[in-house]
Amino acid sequence: MPTQVATFRRQGAIGSFLHKMIDTEIKVTPQIAAEHGLSPEEYARTQKILGRDPSFTELGIFSVMWSEHCSYKSSRVHLKRLPTRGTHVVQGPGENAGVVDIGDGMVAVFKIESHNHPSFVEPFQGAATGVGGILRDIFTMGARPIAVMDSLRFGPITAGMDDKSRSLSASRARHSAAGKEKTRESVRDDGAPASGPEIGTRVAAEEIARNRHILDGVIRGIGFYGNCFGVPTVGGEVAFEACYSNNPLVNALALGICRREELFFAKARGAGNPVIYVGAKTGRDGIHGASLLASAEFSEESQQKRPNVQMGDPFMEKLLLEACLEAMQTGAVVAIQDMGAAGLTSSSSEMASRGGLGIEIDLARVPQRETGMTPYEIMLSESQERMLLVAERGREREVFEVFHKWGLDAVEIGRVTEDGILRVLNHGEVAAAIPAHAIAEEGPRYERPIARPDTASEAGTSAGAVAAARAPLAAVGADLSANFRRLLASPTIASKHWITEQYDSMVQTNTTFGPGAGDAAVLRLKESKRALALATDGNGRWGFLAPRLGAMHAVAEAARNVACSGARPIAATNCLNFGNPEKPEVMWQFSEAIDGIAAACRVLETPITGGNVSFYNETLGKAIYPTPVLGVLGLMEDAECALGAGFRNVGDVIVLLDGAAQDGGLKASATKAEFASSEYAKTIHGVVAGSPPAIDLAAEKRLIDCLVALAAERAVLSAHDVSDGGLAVSVAEACFGRDGLSAEVAIDATGAEDFAEAALFGERGARAVVSVAPASLARVNAIAAQYHVGARRIGTVTGGEFRIQCQGATVIQGSIESFRRVWSESLPKAVEKA
Amino acid sequence: MKFGVVQFPGSNCDADAFHAVSAIVRQPVEFIWHQSENLAGCDVVILPGGFAFGDYLRTGAIARFSPVMKAVERFARGGGLVLGICNGFQILLEAGLLPGAMMRNQGLRFLCRQVHIRVEATDTPFTSAATRGQALEIPIAHMEGNYFCEAAELAELERNNQIIFHYVRSDGGDADAGDREANPNGSLHAIAGICNRERNVLGLMPHPERAVELGLGSADGLVIFRSLVASLAAAESARQRASGVRAAVPA
Repeated sequence: MPTQVATFRRQGAIGSFLHKMIDTEIKVTPQIAAEHGLSPEEYARTQKILGRDPSFTELGIFSVMWSEHCSYKSSRVHLKRLPTRGTHVVQGPGENAGVVDIGDGMVAVFKIESHNHPSFVEPFQGAATGVGGILRDIFTMGARPIAVMDSLRFGPITAGMDDKSRSLSASRARHSAAGKEKTRESVRDDGAPASGPEIGTRVAAEEIARNRHILDGVIRGIGFYGNCFGVPTVGGEVAFEACYSNNPLVNALALGICRREELFFAKARGAGNPVIYVGAKTGRDGIHGASLLASAEFSEESQQKRPNVQMGDPFMEKLLLEACLEAMQTGAVVAIQDMGAAGLTSSSSEMASRGGLGIEIDLARVPQRETGMTPYEIMLSESQERMLLVAERGREREVFEVFHKWGLDAVEIGRVTEDGILRVLNHGEVAAAIPAHAIAEEGPRYERPIARPDTASEAGTSAGAVAAARAPLAAVGADLSANFRRLLASPTIASKHWITEQYDSMVQTNTTFGPGAGDAAVLRLKESKRALALATDGNGRWGFLAPRLGAMHAVAEAARNVACSGARPIAATNCLNFGNPEKPEVMWQFSEAIDGIAAACRVLETPITGGNVSFYNETLGKAIYPTPVLGVLGLMEDAECALGAGFRNVGDVIVLLDGAAQDGGLKASATKAEFASSEYAKTIHGVVAGSPPAIDLAAEKRLIDCLVALAAERAVLSAHDVSDGGLAVSVAEACFGRDGLSAEVAIDATGAEDFAEAALFGERGARAVVSVAPASLARVNAIAAQYHVGARRIGTVTGGEFRIQCQGATVIQGSIESFRRVWSESLPKAVEKA
Repeated sequence: MKFGVVQFPGSNCDADAFHAVSAIVRQPVEFIWHQSENLAGCDVVILPGGFAFGDYLRTGAIARFSPVMKAVERFARGGGLVLGICNGFQILLEAGLLPGAMMRNQGLRFLCRQVHIRVEATDTPFTSAATRGQALEIPIAHMEGNYFCEAAELAELERNNQIIFHYVRSDGGDADAGDREANPNGSLHAIAGICNRERNVLGLMPHPERAVELGLGSADGLVIFRSLVASLAAAESARQRASGVRAAVPA
């Protein structure tokens, strides 16, 4: 029994509060508790903590704070397995964001967070407030946000993505009563192509239209918030899979910097110190956003949850940013926390709990924009752009002055107390009195049952092999140009320029490499010679086929992308998007993914400094692919050494680096089972099967170290990793960066199971394409050898036709402009000309 | 010689303009709070980009009523140099210091990208260091940069050579009608920047302060800041000569 609860009881406080409780409140019953998402055991726990029945307001407080979203009750036992320490880590998980040392007395503060369900219910506001929320997490720690990145997943936006999958969906729709939802199913299993049943095509078209609508709203929402707030949105990724149709993923990452001594923590200190509310007024929006929206599956009625979505005002947040940073400079602020999920409830109870103290607030003093709000509503409101801070007693005036200068409300609503209790008064009457520590830290913890689903083994082995075998491989020497064009046009691979140019990616004038320019975004630091690099990655399809392996790839790819830009990966943040944790198969996926992330982060020396778990990504019982998204931060000693992904000059040599080929040769590119998991297999053959490529973490580490050395020595001119779409896509993308550049490449496919398509489009990791001035080639080879990384010259940057040869036969050929066109026009065509 | 950068609530390119002047052009610069009616002796006032007052109602519509705008108006009427960038340009239009209005971009989307603008006149303090016809690569980042004015106003602008920058193709050639690559927001006559008749107030949608360092993509915006420095230096030495002459007369 936690000591604070015991103390609370001894003082006999409970009885005296009880009779003062506001009697107009609804009487809490087990039924009402259940409607709040509390299980009978959890309800009993609240009674045990209080020694009585909770009041209605208290029930609301418990229900949001013990929701999956706020309490991590299903994930906490697993999250403990993640490595969180490292040479650069200043603050790991547990605060509003992670903090790492970046030298010169500076620290970087960063975190990624999901806003998936709100973005489905109301795409524009859902995405906008997702960005707003993560920005507050950064500046509440005293850091000025310098970049935002978004990792987005949507359902299909084109019918022709692959004809096979469309016809499969259509046939399924016809056979199903709930046909509308069935089209989301993956195309893994068998299904005879149907001869275009009317109903099926119509439903598919509706779904595509809805996905486009969601995509458009999310993009506009992200732009709306970041552009006005004045933080550059510097990249991220966007991928499309059928499983995200009714459950898009919107994961926003924010990065800030400050001097180490300027860091602020959300830990209340000093009994008697004033508790000050600042920022926007409180309204009825977003009530139960965290509990009902983020911590439950979706059903047909989910659209009715629109009132649970918050509304964002980036202008207000910009004022709040400037005012908070200025107030912190006065030295009068002791602690500060933003009111995000669970609003006033979480900010007050968590600050009190971290400081081992209590907080007493009077709701009558809370600035409100609606009349007649009950204590329950005020405590649970998730109105945006608000902060709670603790100031030093006697210096309130200094804080007020700053906020008033910026035209913001700043009101003393309570004080820090010694008794460890979150006491909520309304016009002097007690609406809630709960030990703060009990709310914030003593929530339930579950070791949910875990069971490996049948589908995993099926997809991974036998069925995977069957499906792979079914994928008709091209004859040796066949022309693959047409397939290559289709691959370049697939929305996951196609250029995201149309999306990213709707974001201000340059404001604050630090963006050395913005969206699409390099494998990672690079931000120079005005305060030093250094630069930071940032990348996010996560392949949901791989997570589905093999969660542990998929998660390892997510870490490896993000780290590799950072290294391609020339920066050394130093820390990571993760956003874990999964289905319903009450299902043993989902918990198995989650547990596997955690082990995968842990293993990869250890080897690649990128400790996890924070992040967020998003469960219940299910609609009508169908879960999304388990999608861990990793954000990796890198540090570069000299910003001038940063590398872009694009080739630079005609005549430069194209070299393939391979961390797995220590002898300097190239390893076999993929097995059939691995190839069946590729973007090519999905796009061209409609196959989602097999297993993600085997991963060699030591090889990934060698490649990363080699890339960092090559950049630091200025030995290479560009670097682009091999990932979605394989080597062919990687080389083509490196050409697309600059007008007039093309490439001629010749590769051999060697090995028993090797074949041209795998060599061209296989997605095995630990590889990168670099371009080198001819005079530097010997030096590149020497550095690669030093790091035990294979380096093979595979071609030349040209000014003519794009050509790839395999085993002496030309397999891809065409004007670079024609390839660029399909790649760059695919997305805007799909969304705007729909 | 001193630059001033006005800060409205919601300005977000204020620090960038400050950085460009202080760290790159290496001239004295200070911020001017929107509630100040005192321009602190600045020789150039920059109205920076951003979303002043959230751009609620209409871009620049509320900012023009800030106390500082009275001072800026007086300063401009007295011949002081005023540079409005992006949101600052929109505010100058709302304040009536420049003619015309902004509409939403033709595609109805926010656009952030490098564009090319051509210097059409070098007889302004903002372009004196450029060459006529020079194409500058400078980024835009806005939702409402689709410049519009009445035919009579346009004729007036043209007659007085007040159109200082046009959006052009990357080779410097004119943007054809409907060329969204060259004229991304659909501006009337591909107008990217104009000055007043007296040529001491300039507004442009592209962000020169974002194009002052090669490491960030382009340094073509520097020419505008260098022009300002040269113009002010010339004016100062002319003043000194004049006062020197006056001082010499009674002696």
